[in-house]
Amino acid sequence: MNYNWNWSVLFEEEYLGWLISGVGWTFAVALVAWVLALAVGVLVGVGRTLPSKPVAFICTAYVELFRNVPLLVQLFLWYFVVPEIVPDDMGRWLKRDLPNPEYVTAVIGLGLYTASRVAEQVRAGINAVGSGLTNAAYANGFSTAQTYRYVLLPISFRLIVPPMTSEFLTIFKNSSLALTIGLLELTAQSQQIAEYTFQGFEAFTAATVIYVVIALGATLIAQLLEKHTRIPGFVGKA
Amino acid sequence: MITITDISKWYGSFQVLADCTTAVEKGEVVVVCGPSGSGKSTLIKCVNGLEPVQKGSINVEGIEVTDKSTNLTKLRARIGMVFQHFELYPHMSVRENLCLAQEKVLRRSRDEANAKAEALIDRVGLLPHIEKHPGQLSGGQQQRVAISRALAMDPIAMLFDEPTSALDPEMINEVLDVMVELAQDGMTMMVVTHEMGFARKVADRVVFMDDGRIVEDRVTDQFFDHPESERAQDFLGKILNH
Repeated sequence: MNYNWNWSVLFEEEYLGWLISGVGWTFAVALVAWVLALAVGVLVGVGRTLPSKPVAFICTAYVELFRNVPLLVQLFLWYFVVPEIVPDDMGRWLKRDLPNPEYVTAVIGLGLYTASRVAEQVRAGINAVGSGLTNAAYANGFSTAQTYRYVLLPISFRLIVPPMTSEFLTIFKNSSLALTIGLLELTAQSQQIAEYTFQGFEAFTAATVIYVVIALGATLIAQLLEKHTRIPGFVGKA
Repeated sequence: MITITDISKWYGSFQVLADCTTAVEKGEVVVVCGPSGSGKSTLIKCVNGLEPVQKGSINVEGIEVTDKSTNLTKLRARIGMVFQHFELYPHMSVRENLCLAQEKVLRRSRDEANAKAEALIDRVGLLPHIEKHPGQLSGGQQQRVAISRALAMDPIAMLFDEPTSALDPEMINEVLDVMVELAQDGMTMMVVTHEMGFARKVADRVVFMDDGRIVEDRVTDQFFDHPESERAQDFLGKILNH
């Protein structure tokens, strides 16, 4: 293979700036979408375990809808279709006046999609706690809300730290799809560097290394969290 | 105090309780026994509404448990319950296990709840363990904590659902001792158990169940010395011979 390796291109003025900006947008999308995913996902996940049939139905419908449509399709729907089908005024605002439309769309699309996955983890965690403790809390005089607040959620959140770490890593990796609606996040910037410099291997190697470092960092934080919230004599290892 | 009138319950088409009627008076200790699957655990869970019934009524101190408009939360706060598998809150220390409902349900102050918790835990001999988590205690210790947690709410009656069935044999007595003491202090108790020694010692009456029905409901001595039904004679013959 006749390829002129030139790693220094990554550190040249303009291109380094692009990479840094890309990392910035990747974090901005992934972290804000994660907050949205946690908020919606916890509500929906709890909703699926509630005794109320209508609430459980709505939450199940949410999960099935957002989990079963490919994320790429969802991003396209939010970006290209939603502005056309909402009332005219709102559509016009979305198309003309919404600040940072690619960014906002990516956060909403990625956040609501990930929420369906978070909801399933939360539901699994609550179910794993079991009916025995739920009965004990009710017998102790707690209302349903108190039972969730003081017993079910604190235990299930601890149980689902490992699978939630995976979801957190996935949201970083999925954020690369935002390039398809024009957000210049890390992958998009790498692609751009490749196109400008013809040093594609270097550009995408840089992106790969940065994604791996982010993932390892997140994993480390998750392990610390798991250790910190460990219940003495209960789950997890020291 | 607890009046169970003609209750029936089905899981789908399977009938778990069939026209059960019995009562527990104030200060009385009633033991519910019978073979597994006879419905005794289900019966006791109906008393505080953890299990709904489809027919009949249950009345606790004038409150209709089976009435849909009854505030079950309020009623349950006044009835203590102890489970086969302890069901302590695993993420909290013993102290927090005893204080949580006192503070959040009864709205007691932290100091008041703590004082109550310490006194009760001391009574079951576990004061040195009060800052530990349930997972760090033995089964017998956990069950004594569970009893204390229920007592912290100053209950008008206590329900026990096979409290010693999940324990190692050497730990059964430490739990039974606490229960005997409680019975002698005049607590109203409904106890599902296979511990016939305990029943003989403190029970005023024994309710014997089979196949979802109450087969015998009699004064303790009469039940043990002259069981009427063949089913109860058979049951006692099997468990008392050893």
